[in-house]
Amino acid sequence: MPSRLRHALLAPVALTALLLAGCSAGNSGAGEGPTPDGSLVVYNAQHEELTKEWAEAFTEETGIEVVLRNGDDSELGNQLVQEGTASKADVFLTENSPAMSLVEQAGLFAPVDEATLAVVPEQYRPASGDWTGIAARSTVVVYNPELISAAELPTSLLDLAKPEWKGRWGAAPGKADFQAVVSAVVETQGEDRAREWLEGMAQNATEYRNNIVTMKAVNAGEVPVGVIFHYYWYRDQDAAADDSGVTKLHYFGNQDPGAFVSVSGGGVLKNAPHADEAQQFLAFVVGKQGQQILGEGYSFEYPVASDVSAKSELPPLDGLNAPVIDPSTLNGPKVIELMTEAGLL
Amino acid sequence: MLVAVLALGALVPIAYVVQAAVAMGWGELATLVLRPKVGELLINTVLLVMIGVPASAVLGVGGAWLVERTALPCRRAIAVALAAPLAIPAFVSSYGWASAVPSISGLWGGLLVAVTAYFPLVYLPALAAIRGLDPALEESARSLGMGSWAVFVRVVLPQLRLAILGGGLIVALHLLAEYGAFAFLRFDTFTTAIVVAYQATFAGPNAAALGLVLLLLCLALLTADSLARGHARYARVGGGSPHPPARLPLGRLAPLAVFGTGCLIAASTVVPLASVVRWLFRADTADIGGLASATAQTLVLSLAAAACAIAVALPFAWLSVRYPGRLSRLLEGAAYLASSLPAIIVALALVATTLAFAPTLYQTAFTVIMAYVVIFLPRALVPLRAGLAQVPESLEEAARSLGVAPLAARLRVTVPLLLPAVCAGGALVALGAANELTATLLLAPTGTRTVATSFWSAASSLDYPTAAPYAIVLVLLSCPAVALMFAHATGRSLR
Repeated sequence: MPSRLRHALLAPVALTALLLAGCSAGNSGAGEGPTPDGSLVVYNAQHEELTKEWAEAFTEETGIEVVLRNGDDSELGNQLVQEGTASKADVFLTENSPAMSLVEQAGLFAPVDEATLAVVPEQYRPASGDWTGIAARSTVVVYNPELISAAELPTSLLDLAKPEWKGRWGAAPGKADFQAVVSAVVETQGEDRAREWLEGMAQNATEYRNNIVTMKAVNAGEVPVGVIFHYYWYRDQDAAADDSGVTKLHYFGNQDPGAFVSVSGGGVLKNAPHADEAQQFLAFVVGKQGQQILGEGYSFEYPVASDVSAKSELPPLDGLNAPVIDPSTLNGPKVIELMTEAGLL
Repeated sequence: MLVAVLALGALVPIAYVVQAAVAMGWGELATLVLRPKVGELLINTVLLVMIGVPASAVLGVGGAWLVERTALPCRRAIAVALAAPLAIPAFVSSYGWASAVPSISGLWGGLLVAVTAYFPLVYLPALAAIRGLDPALEESARSLGMGSWAVFVRVVLPQLRLAILGGGLIVALHLLAEYGAFAFLRFDTFTTAIVVAYQATFAGPNAAALGLVLLLLCLALLTADSLARGHARYARVGGGSPHPPARLPLGRLAPLAVFGTGCLIAASTVVPLASVVRWLFRADTADIGGLASATAQTLVLSLAAAACAIAVALPFAWLSVRYPGRLSRLLEGAAYLASSLPAIIVALALVATTLAFAPTLYQTAFTVIMAYVVIFLPRALVPLRAGLAQVPESLEEAARSLGVAPLAARLRVTVPLLLPAVCAGGALVALGAANELTATLLLAPTGTRTVATSFWSAASSLDYPTAAPYAIVLVLLSCPAVALMFAHATGRSLR
């Protein structure tokens, strides 16, 4: 290489190296601040507002700073599996349990402290004790009475795969919430019937981006019926009811897969850089104060631990007549596979 | 050497997709690619490009011609207004439309929003090209008996061919890469499907398989473009200085032309902005802290991206201006190719590659900045090349003959002369990075929130009022870049 050329190139190289060094130093140092060392890293698939409230109250009580990495259940679950032991995560919180099982089966969870498990009733946590339920939510049908009468509503979630429901219901198959509902169908009906049901759904359902958009579409009269989780509706009713004003809810009950109660999970990673603080955080979330934030705040999800009761507007959790399912048996990857096969993903 | 390494770095996304496809094996790849859902996505994406690009070309060229060559009333204001949509990121425009008219969705909704957001990418080059035309050619054609329409089709359009093709290609690449705008409108393309697959499986096989199809579509577009360019040359001898063109009187068509451009401006700018402002009045003022911190983080990331992009672009530009040849063209081509790839593929590749080979870089600002550099490199490269070409090497030689050391001569003579180009290129990169959504969503370090991702998280849960202040900041951040581009297209200086 001629020396002129080398000189021409050297200056930019030096500049690049300097800049890149600057960038990465800026990132790892405490100055710039998104992840100062010593902060507890929570991979958060729960609603960001809720976890933020938990984190702020926890920091106030313990002085431990918390940073959130937000994402979807299966996105963060798969991310933890791919990161393996290199992960910087301390705690994993989800909205539904299939992603928890995924991480559990990869052997990446540390056992949850006995004292923490003791405040959570057995039906809301896996027998393994590798993670625990932190909240619960119920599947519901939201419908528009202007388009469909209560008498015409389906009696089972499974009915919605029948030809007469073509173009008459909507859901958000791309999201972990609905994928959890599908996992209940797989668990209660078996793989083959679930596959058939998903094929029917691919024919019949209008696909929306998430539960809120689904509910809004029902409210606007785009489709008569939507399958969502209960708290989106109660939350909107509690606010201005912009997206749910004319709609009503229908609970399947009767241990139908459509009455599925999904358990949100929390766990501590085996390789957590801050294992003790992580256990403290999880204990805080299922403790009295954490569950009260859940039960009394804006969330409208069901508390599951420390005997904290849900908002009075909500029907009691034990009266929903949900199918009895061990949360740790729900198979996330199988659901993704079946839904991909049916063309829903 | 260095440039080759950088060029290879730019090709990481392609390497990732190909490697993932090979690792999957034919069987798994076939079951993931050859299924009805992919066919559906293919139809959507192809229709989007096939309708969206010609529509943008018609609007862009028509607008430029009306503004430059006819006696359109208020044409100066209209000339600026037709470029203004570039200042509204397509996903913000889509949010404006979707919240104003909730029933908008699907292919036609996607086309409405995307075409009104992207037609200025044809309009600006067409405007520049029309301004550069010598009216003498058109007058000769006219004197030979052609009517106005025939002159436009047979004399003006052929001379605009390269501008239209170039702009059309950029529109097409944007349509392939757009995520946010289509997600709001329930319109599925490969990019939106890859994001959904990513949310369901992280960087799993389904995302990579869809990425492979998207990559092939992108390569097909680039090939089609280079074939369409052909080798035709339009040359003329002794141009001299052209006199200003006569403007075509519109007569009774004037109200129609004003109405048409008015509708276009309303759809592309007024509706989205009015919608954002309407939500802004309902916004919660308590969130100002969040907005400030997101803006600060965005500024840090995008300025770092600008600095790094300039640093990477300099050797490329230097090589291609001072040592032109087949090799330098090849390396530059690699940089352009990488930046034509949809951001989602670049992001997926960086997630997978850093996780596998450089876990310490994974989830750091470094990786986000690297993605920005790959995506926006041409924005720095083009002005730097032009700037460097205007700095005569002899100035440096003169300085050295006066006894200045080589490196010092470069720093004291060439670098100051390059400064305007560095600033322009850096500004364009920074503004692009500040508005980037797709790659930022996947790559942002834990705890980092940019204006675009904050907007996205609020708007996705239909919290329109909370999203509005972020939308306004995104628009304000885009304005300077659009002013730069408009000034460049019309040959005016901003100073």
